[in-house]
Amino acid sequence: MKPLRTLAWVEMKLFLREPLALVFAFAFPFFMLFVLLGVFGNEREVTDPEEAAIWRNVGPADYYVSTYVGLVMSAAGVITLPLRLAGYREAGVLRRYRAAGVPLGVVLGSQVAVAMGMAMVAAAGIVVVSTALYDSVLPENWPLVLAGVAIGLATFACIGIFLGAVLPTARAVQGAGLAIFFVMMMVSGSGPPDGALTSQMRSFAATLPLTHVNHLVQDAWLGHGWSLGHALVALAFAALTALLALRWFRWE
Amino acid sequence: MGIPTSANAADTVVAVSDLTRVYGHRRAADGVSFAVGRGEIYGIIGPNGSGKTTSIECVQGLRVPTSGTIRVLGLDPATQRGALRHRIGSQLQESALPDRLRVWEALDLFATLSPKSRDWRGLARDWGLWESRSTAFADLSGGQRQRLFVALALVNEPEVVFLDEMTTGLDPSARHAAWELVGEVRDRGATVVLVTHFMDEAEALCDRIAVFRDGRVLAIDTPAGLVRRFAGESTVQFTHEGDVPWLSACEGVSAVHRSGTHFAVRGEGPLLAHVAAALVAHGIAPLDLSVERPTLEQAYLRISEMEDRTP
Repeated sequence: MKPLRTLAWVEMKLFLREPLALVFAFAFPFFMLFVLLGVFGNEREVTDPEEAAIWRNVGPADYYVSTYVGLVMSAAGVITLPLRLAGYREAGVLRRYRAAGVPLGVVLGSQVAVAMGMAMVAAAGIVVVSTALYDSVLPENWPLVLAGVAIGLATFACIGIFLGAVLPTARAVQGAGLAIFFVMMMVSGSGPPDGALTSQMRSFAATLPLTHVNHLVQDAWLGHGWSLGHALVALAFAALTALLALRWFRWE
Repeated sequence: MGIPTSANAADTVVAVSDLTRVYGHRRAADGVSFAVGRGEIYGIIGPNGSGKTTSIECVQGLRVPTSGTIRVLGLDPATQRGALRHRIGSQLQESALPDRLRVWEALDLFATLSPKSRDWRGLARDWGLWESRSTAFADLSGGQRQRLFVALALVNEPEVVFLDEMTTGLDPSARHAAWELVGEVRDRGATVVLVTHFMDEAEALCDRIAVFRDGRVLAIDTPAGLVRRFAGESTVQFTHEGDVPWLSACEGVSAVHRSGTHFAVRGEGPLLAHVAAALVAHGIAPLDLSVERPTLEQAYLRISEMEDRTP
């Protein structure tokens, strides 16, 4: 455990020295929160039943707060984590770690710990700000929310390692990772609410992992219980990408 | 040409036998064999693309050979890298550290990664890194990076350390300082495998040298042995008014050239001693008696030429 702790600590310091990483991890989700909640507020008394159904019969801030937790996890998974892995491979850092006998699990574990740890800090910040400024609800069912978040973290950690394994360079990650991120942001429930999407959009969204993680966490957050289907799909994403990552991971 | 490939078998720490590594149609290493004895500083020299780095990376378990056998400290680096990794040190030719990682953090990190490590502060001082310990990797000069990589290779007190182009990018004084430190590393009990294309470095440091070319080992010997076998003759020079006909009969002398009062005597073996003794015996003590001995570089070039002529 000591090498993992040491490397994770060093990597965390490096993360905090990287301005661009900080912007994506912390500034961007808060910017989204302020813009969308600035537009929609948290009006809970909606007369039009159709509109109320779009927001799952809660205020927009109540609706969004859980999906922003999903959003920061997905940013860590499709941008932060693969960017660091591919960048390290490109520069020869992974080669040096390997020559020094750092086990693969320690390299990946430290990166996952930092990316996901930072995502959790950002998520906590989102919840605090959203609750304080927009009076959004806190989770109805904490254990289920935490279980959903744990599945989300595992899913995006595996996806991040997979992207870091298959995308050869940091530039490729910037292209592919950002594209995946923005598509997920638009249709997986962190942008327009799920209920406002057309059925084609919804079918497409069902192929994206963030859609399932958002459903899982939001259902528990708003007191709608546990959705086994979404949990299984998210875990299937995790298992598949983990297997492919192990198959294709290259140190150099 | 007989190639002595084995150090004393019981004390062999690196044994490579018939190592071949093929990339597509290119044989980067083609039947490489050599053996490194405990406590040796073992040099590997050869032009770029001669298979030095490929072979040494196979030995470190960083590449898997296409065929052949490798044992390092009795272990197979391809399959037992886990057991080996804390017992060897690697300074790689091409690699990097995270841009914003500071020198002390790198040393501290690598020290923590190994169960038995020496205090990195001493290493930082030895390798001239103490003053720049708080500098980020991206801001280090080429020479500082190089010294940091060597220091990182030594932080786990390795039994065998692999240094690949260790002094590339160092200024002359830093190079000589690095040589002294490598000597000290050996004095502390480690075996050193040194890949270099600097002949002066190989000659100054190495106990034995393997000469690589086109993925094969052309010759293995001590630096003096390579010079003796391949570099040709020494030349003793002096000025003297008068003739020295008896010098041609002197032991080891093959030719005497005279140009006015300047004599150039060519030959093998301890030529200077024989010539000087003969001169003194004849009452001649030239003030400018000097010897020009063949260098490893000449031996190396000769070995390469011999190979060029081989169909």
